[in-house]
Amino acid sequence: MIAIVDYGVGNLFSLSSSLKALGLETEVTRDAEKLRAADRIILPGVGAFGDARAKLDDTGLVPVLLKEAERKPFLGICLGMQLLFDRSFEYGEHAGLGLVPGQVVDLHDDLEDKTLKVPHMGWNSLQIVKDDPLFKYFQDGEYVYYVHSFYARDCAASTLGTSRYGNVAVTGAVRCGNVWGTQFHPEKSGDAGLRLLKAFAEL
Amino acid sequence: MLAKRIIPCLDVKDGRVVKGTNFEGLRDMADPVEMAHFYNTSGADELVFYDITASVEGRNLFTDILRRVASEIFIPLTVGGGIRTLDDFDRVLKCGADKVSVNSGAIADPSIIGAAAKKYGDQCVVLSMDVKRVDGQFRLFAKGGREDTGIDAMDWAARGVAAGAGEIVLNSIDTDGVKNGFDLEMLDELASRVSVPIIASGGAGNMEHFAELFTHPGIDAGLAASIFHSKQVDIKELKRFLRGKGIEMRV
Repeated sequence: MIAIVDYGVGNLFSLSSSLKALGLETEVTRDAEKLRAADRIILPGVGAFGDARAKLDDTGLVPVLLKEAERKPFLGICLGMQLLFDRSFEYGEHAGLGLVPGQVVDLHDDLEDKTLKVPHMGWNSLQIVKDDPLFKYFQDGEYVYYVHSFYARDCAASTLGTSRYGNVAVTGAVRCGNVWGTQFHPEKSGDAGLRLLKAFAEL
Repeated sequence: MLAKRIIPCLDVKDGRVVKGTNFEGLRDMADPVEMAHFYNTSGADELVFYDITASVEGRNLFTDILRRVASEIFIPLTVGGGIRTLDDFDRVLKCGADKVSVNSGAIADPSIIGAAAKKYGDQCVVLSMDVKRVDGQFRLFAKGGREDTGIDAMDWAARGVAAGAGEIVLNSIDTDGVKNGFDLEMLDELASRVSVPIIASGGAGNMEHFAELFTHPGIDAGLAASIFHSKQVDIKELKRFLRGKGIEMRV
């Protein structure tokens, strides 16, 4: 069973529907026992980092997640990926879960061409920089769907794929041990996204 | 870089997709769930659903349809029509919408833009506007293009973005249904005023019109209904054609 962490952040309808469409057993939960019993865990998230971190802390699940991330495949999506890093500078400075080395910074600050629109929203091509079982059914350069204004940086050792936006190579997918993360939304990336989720379910 | 987006728009009334020309003379075309599947496999980058039903029964039917589409189709879905309150946002988001577009509801109560952006994030709030030239001014129209609000449309857009709208759909009443091309003059004016993504709507008649549209760098997406529904323009073919012209497309 794939557990989707429910901590009151974001719309989980598409994510759970996409896993169901792949024939995968899934449960949206905030029950520590279910997270321990799950084969895999997905940490979703949209919105602002500080708010999401506070809500995650409120569930009391952080120690459980940190422990389970050592034992089973764990995937953070969008803000859920950003939460995996050491810290974020979105409206102040906030501590992340520290599962992947790196930090989350304002994309606009790093763009040389200030006419480029932020949020970075829409379909961008993902260039694979390090092959990984997550890409078992995914081809280099396929398009994935992004919606975000901050991005992960200083994480080259963990980076699996990037998408070019102006001068910035936006961190698209990362891995550190059992922990994977995608800045884009696989559950909104059409067939290519479903194939990534299928690969995650087979890890 | 980001690909330019091609977006079919489905106007849904009493559970069926309809599309008129110049907002009048609606004619029934097809089943929305079937059409969503068709577009998903033919390369649409996003789908827009407008609920143009007035009745409670029609609204419930629409939410059922939305839920079915969202559980089977995994590309971004934008929903509009009759959105006036945060409860309306909540209702369609729970059924699987990713973005919600407000039009007349925001004209009646502009505070809905900021309230929704605060609750769901800017990326979730799409400001949709119907605009027509009146006395040398781009004028904002309400109620499906039937009512002149007297408001300057470009000022309205700038205020909407300042309040938190994350994207704008600009539908030109002047070019809608005429199929002579998008309203590039109006779109350029908007692009000079706001920095959020702009979706052009109204006037697409053939593939060349999209090629022309995307030579204007401020425009992120082209939206159309009848030319796609009637298969006059095939989306896969359109995207190959545009890519051949050097425009970035998800093919």
